[in-house]
Parts: sequence; structure tokens; C-alpha cells
Amino acid sequence: MPEVEIMTADQLRRALNRIAHEILERNASSSAVALVGVQTRGVFLARRIAEAVSGFERRSLDVGSLDPRLYRDDLDQSARQPLKPTDIKFDINDRPVVLVDDVLYTGRTIRAAMDALNDFGRPASIQLAVVVDRGHRELPIRPDYVGKNVPTSRDERVRVRLKEVDGEDGVVLTRPGDSQPSDAGPGDSRPADAGPGDGDAAGR
Amino acid sequence: MPRAAERRTNQGGLWAGPRRHILDLDDFTKAEIEEVMLNADGMKEVLGRGVRKTPALRGKTVVTVFFEASTRTRVSFEQAGKILGADVINVTASASSVTKGESLLNTVRTLQAMQIDALVMRHPHSGAPYFVARHLDTSVVNAGDGTHAHPTQALLDIYTIERLRGKLAGKRVAIIGDILYSRVARSDMIGMLKMGAEVVVCGPPTLLPPGFTPGETVPEGQPFEGVRVARRVEEAVDGADVVMVLRIQRERQDAGHLPSLREYSREYGINAARLGLARPDALLMHPGPMNEGVEISSDVAHGDQSVIEEQVANGVAVRMAVLYMLCARARNGGS
Repeated sequence: MPEVEIMTADQLRRALNRIAHEILERNASSSAVALVGVQTRGVFLARRIAEAVSGFERRSLDVGSLDPRLYRDDLDQSARQPLKPTDIKFDINDRPVVLVDDVLYTGRTIRAAMDALNDFGRPASIQLAVVVDRGHRELPIRPDYVGKNVPTSRDERVRVRLKEVDGEDGVVLTRPGDSQPSDAGPGDSRPADAGPGDGDAAGR
Repeated sequence: MPRAAERRTNQGGLWAGPRRHILDLDDFTKAEIEEVMLNADGMKEVLGRGVRKTPALRGKTVVTVFFEASTRTRVSFEQAGKILGADVINVTASASSVTKGESLLNTVRTLQAMQIDALVMRHPHSGAPYFVARHLDTSVVNAGDGTHAHPTQALLDIYTIERLRGKLAGKRVAIIGDILYSRVARSDMIGMLKMGAEVVVCGPPTLLPPGFTPGETVPEGQPFEGVRVARRVEEAVDGADVVMVLRIQRERQDAGHLPSLREYSREYGINAARLGLARPDALLMHPGPMNEGVEISSDVAHGDQSVIEEQVANGVAVRMAVLYMLCARARNGGS
């Protein structure tokens, strides 16, 4: 068994809808909540959450994207792929900002993203939405909105797949020793297509 | 002079470990140039922020050593390093131990002993950065060596064109001026040919490299093969997407390569009438510093088609990208 499906496309869609409701509920007093997706997949997830919100409440949220790699603590790893666009055109001062990422793992990507966000302004609060929380935090960071909690071992890998990037929706867990196509070099656990904020691959 | 075997390259666009030096563009692949440009996009976004500072190179030290005068290149590297959070130390040769007779190698060895991460170097002798790179563990960036190469200028020129006008492939770039002694022209030709551009050059016959015959294309097997050499500047500029004007170095006149600056200006200077022969949306570029009224007239230098200031701004972003990529092979790192 090469990989285990832990969320189907439908489950992913429902989880994102639920997160959209929870974000609205938590920030009811503030009409100004903004979403910032962490590159790569977080950006698409943030757009989907915003779409869900506009479906429920006919209002549009500001959505930005962020590549936090200039703020990471592992330059030799993070510079392997070119930077992806950071695009926050709106003012984040005194507004709640929800960071959106696919997998929460060590927390180092989110630490970097929070540092990056602070260079854009001083949000009223920073909240965190993730599709999968797989545990193994190395920093005191917790998510505010979670699609699914998945207990994992450190040598497993969680991949959130999105139509926009991967051609299909779903979440899979890969176990060690499973053969899978990879052109990564020996001792290189980072998948070739890993983006800057792919929480599972980064942060080691 | 350069020995290819001693340079580490990234081949085929696949990650082969971080690049160690940037000496010229001849060992870059098209994919690697594209990678530099993507990183430069990210850096340009940083330059547009209210807080223009990131901690990416915190704890890294970049040293610039210029054995030749420069304003924009040195300041550009210094600003690039500082915005990325590196410590930047500028050494001016005229105010250093070089004036006490210290050799080039001993000067840079001393700098390396101070545990630096990148050495940005300009030197009047072609090949000097290659010599230094062979003897040091530090990353070396060639910021101009004699008449040989100026790779970061070529990268920023390519970046400026592609971001304003799309892919260079199939575009016509006219390079006008002293092709023989211009390190910018040499690195630009190498880089732009790699990106698939059609390159046309024009300049006084005394200032053309060997193998460049007016009215002919540089033949296969020769350096810069495929470059077309125009007889007249009008022919070079005709239909061009980009007109790149090179600085005429006044010292060439003393060496007898140029009759007079006035005659050069009349025969090869770019003015509104000549620029009008290029495509209506053609970009006018110049690596600076300009001799206005000699190789370029003031009205076009500051006109609508001029992207000369954009080149300077993009220079910082491209040098940030380059330092970021080089410093990824940290002192403790390597691969």
C-alpha cells in the first residue's frame, strides 16, 4: 500500500466550508478579517475559504499570499526552490489576519510567516487555519481552525493535494519504505515539487 | 583565465547543490537564469514594502572589494546585502593595504580569514575573480573584471527586458558601441543568446572582437556564434525590441581606436531619429554611467522609451537574488 487516503475530495471541501464558518463566527464583531495563504498550497486554500464565505454571506474577504522563506532559519534548505510571490496589497493594521496553510507540523513555517507578516503591519490578531495538524510541534504554536487532526510518526509524510496544483483534491499519508517516484538525491527527504510553505516537507 | 573544470555548475535546471561562484554567464543554464529571475521577483516585492528588511542573510557577511571605480554596482550590492540582513563590509582598494603593495591573493586571503560568506569583487584585470575563486573557499561574485565579464549586469538586463516585454526568445536586441572592450556587451551577448534572443551588434570596426565582420553573422564554432554584425547603426536598430547603448570609454580614444567623440556620436550615437527605427515599443537601455551627447542623446536617455532607471532598481533585486542563492551554501553548509 503506497499511501493511505485520509481525506477524500468531499471531506476536504466540507472541512474548508466548516473552517469558513468558524472564521466568520470567531470574527463576528469584525467585518475586516483577511486571509493570507502560505505558498504554495495555502494560497489556493485561502482562496477557496474566501469563495465559501462569499457563498454564505455575499461578502468578499481580502486574500493575500505569502512566501515566508526569507524569514526561515534554514537557508540552505529553503533556497532550493525559487521564491514564490508574496502579495499582500491590503492594509493588515488593526485587523484580524488568518494565516492559511496545508499541513501544520513543526510550526517553523508559521513562525517565519508571522515574522514576515509583522513587516507588513500590526494585525489586531493573527490566527491560523490548516487542513491537517499532524503534531510534532517544535515551537509553541497551535492552530485556531483545523480540518483534521492526524496523529503521525515523524517518518511519515502528509500531502494535501489540490486541483490547482496536483490535478485532484484529497489528503494522503505516505509511510516510510513505500516506493514512490522521486528524483530527490540520496539523503534528501524533500520532494522535488515541495513549495516554500509545504509544512510537511519543510521545517526539518 | 577561466578554466571551466574548476567551476561548479547547476546543469539541466535540476538542483545540483547551490552554485558556488558567479564569474560569468557562460556556465549558467537557461533554467538557472530563470531561477535567478523568479527569486528577483520575490526580492522586488520586498523592495516595495514599507519595511525593506528581511532576516534571510542574518549572520552572513558580504565583503565588496573594488579595485576599480564604481558607484552603482557597489552601492547596489551593498544595498542588496543589507536589505537581506547581511553585514556588508566595503573595501576600497585605494584605501586598503593594496596601496602598501599587498598582493591580490594576500588581500583576499586576509578577508577570508575573517570568515566571510561572499566576496563581491571588481578588478581591472580580466580573469582576476577566477584566480581568487581558485584559491578561496568563499563564494566569489564577479562585479566586473577588465574587459571580460559583468554577469550580474547581464542578469539584470535580461530580467528588465523579460519582465517588461516577456520572454527574450525571438526578440531582437541591438547592442551599440564598443563591443571589444565592453564586459557588459560580452556578458549580455552570452546571456541573451542563451535566452533565445536574436542579437545584433554595431560599433566602430576597431572596437569589434575578432571574428566579428560587419555585414556578417559570427560563424559557428566561434565565440558568440549567431550574433549578427551590422554595417551601420540604422541597420542594427531597425525593428529592434531592445536598443542597448554601451558607454564609450574615453580612454579608448587615446589608444587610437576612436577618431573623435564627435565623430563617434555622429556615426553611432543613439538619438531620437535612430531610436525611431526600432519598434515603437522598443526599450532603450544603458548600463551607465552615461556620456550624454556622445553615445546617447539626452532627450532619448530621459525619454519615454528609456528604462535606464528601471535597470538600476532591478539591479538591487537581482543582486539580492544572487546573494541569497550563493549564501544558501553557508559556511557550515555545502552539501
